[in-house]
Amino acid sequence: MKYADILDKYPFPQKVKEEINSELEKFNVKKTQAREIVERCFKAYLQNLIEPGEPAGIIAAQSIGEPGTQMTMRTFHYAGVAEIDVTLGLPRLIEIMDVRKNPSTPMMTIRLTEEYAKDRDRAREVANRIESTYILDIAEVLTDIRNMQIIIKFDKNAMDRKHITFEDVKKKIEKGLKEEVIENEEDLTITIQIKEPSYKTLLSSYEKLRKMVIMGIKEIKRVIIRREDDEYVLYTEGSNLKKVMKVKGVDFTRTITNNIYEIYEVLGIEAARNAIIKEAKSTLEEQGLEVDDRHIMLVADAMTSDGELRQIGRHGVAGEKQSILARAAFEMTVNNLLDAAVRGDVDYLRGITENIIVGQPIKLGTGDVELISKIGVKK
Amino acid sequence: MSKIKLQDHILVPKHEVLPEKEVEKILRILNIKKEQLPKIKSEDPIAKEIGAKVGDVVKIERESPTSGKSIAYRLVV
Repeated sequence: MKYADILDKYPFPQKVKEEINSELEKFNVKKTQAREIVERCFKAYLQNLIEPGEPAGIIAAQSIGEPGTQMTMRTFHYAGVAEIDVTLGLPRLIEIMDVRKNPSTPMMTIRLTEEYAKDRDRAREVANRIESTYILDIAEVLTDIRNMQIIIKFDKNAMDRKHITFEDVKKKIEKGLKEEVIENEEDLTITIQIKEPSYKTLLSSYEKLRKMVIMGIKEIKRVIIRREDDEYVLYTEGSNLKKVMKVKGVDFTRTITNNIYEIYEVLGIEAARNAIIKEAKSTLEEQGLEVDDRHIMLVADAMTSDGELRQIGRHGVAGEKQSILARAAFEMTVNNLLDAAVRGDVDYLRGITENIIVGQPIKLGTGDVELISKIGVKK
Repeated sequence: MSKIKLQDHILVPKHEVLPEKEVEKILRILNIKKEQLPKIKSEDPIAKEIGAKVGDVVKIERESPTSGKSIAYRLVV
């Protein structure tokens, strides 16, 4: 930056500095003039800062709430990726604010390392490692009640497509069922002999076998490969960041999920904050609503300020208010008042809600300052 | 496979433990007590990765959509 020496004396944000600098450069302003311009800019900047005592939280709530009323109440459709359906609109926004541990449509965007990203077949390889595969996807399972056997007939084509070897499957079944396994490599069948001759064990073994994940990650139900610019990207239905990150061929630095709680657990509180901002913003934008980033950032800050994810609601931000009256005014009035009475709590009337309830001036804006006149002091 | 470095992830901003001297300076500028800073848990995966202990202050360089780069502090609890 050409004018960095002048600009560095002022506490401008990085972006403002860059903008002023590029404008100055465009007109090739002399240093003395530049100094004057920057000084004026600084004055304008100070005027545009938020006033002390401004109710930032209330303004944020209004600014998100008002466009929220315009959101479609029920939008369930396919966005971004053609075949994966994602919750959008108001339900999604509520999900984000509530910090649901299991969002209704978890989804991951997985990017691959260089050697896998360029080629469709290699991308398919990674997809196979991630997508959960059940025995019924690659074989036909029969139960022989007379001999107390389960017979698995493998489909050669399906196995090749998924790159699964006969040996691997056999080992998995042996480990998972703890029953006698007889294999026949020639016609690709496995016979499981049930030791205890009862229908119940036979049927429960069959159920177990059906639910057994032969390959991939259990939570990932489906993987879709799409070409984006010059690389292949995997989109998944279902999400498990921790396991996917460790899969060979996955570029974990660019792999994300829409499950914010998972991000919090795996990548920490700051990543969760970024994820909240990103998800809330994209949800609002998708509906054609424009909300200033600062409001969303404030919400994200409130949710993450404690070092753990707190929801906006009675189990989180609102429920942890110290004032009884403020909590009672929000939700579950009777319960809150009753509990407070039993405990003998005291309300010090320091917040906003409680002061409005008792009819006192609130500590916001002009109410936040107190004037004291000094009597008998000369000017 | 080499160990995953969580800080490389695109969602994770740069964290670092702030030296004791700096902490005092920052608290004086902000005119607050240490306890008034936002918190980060000592079990937080990133806090563990940079070896932050309870009572440390972590400096976070965020990529902000409004101001380009912004610096935030969190107290390890």
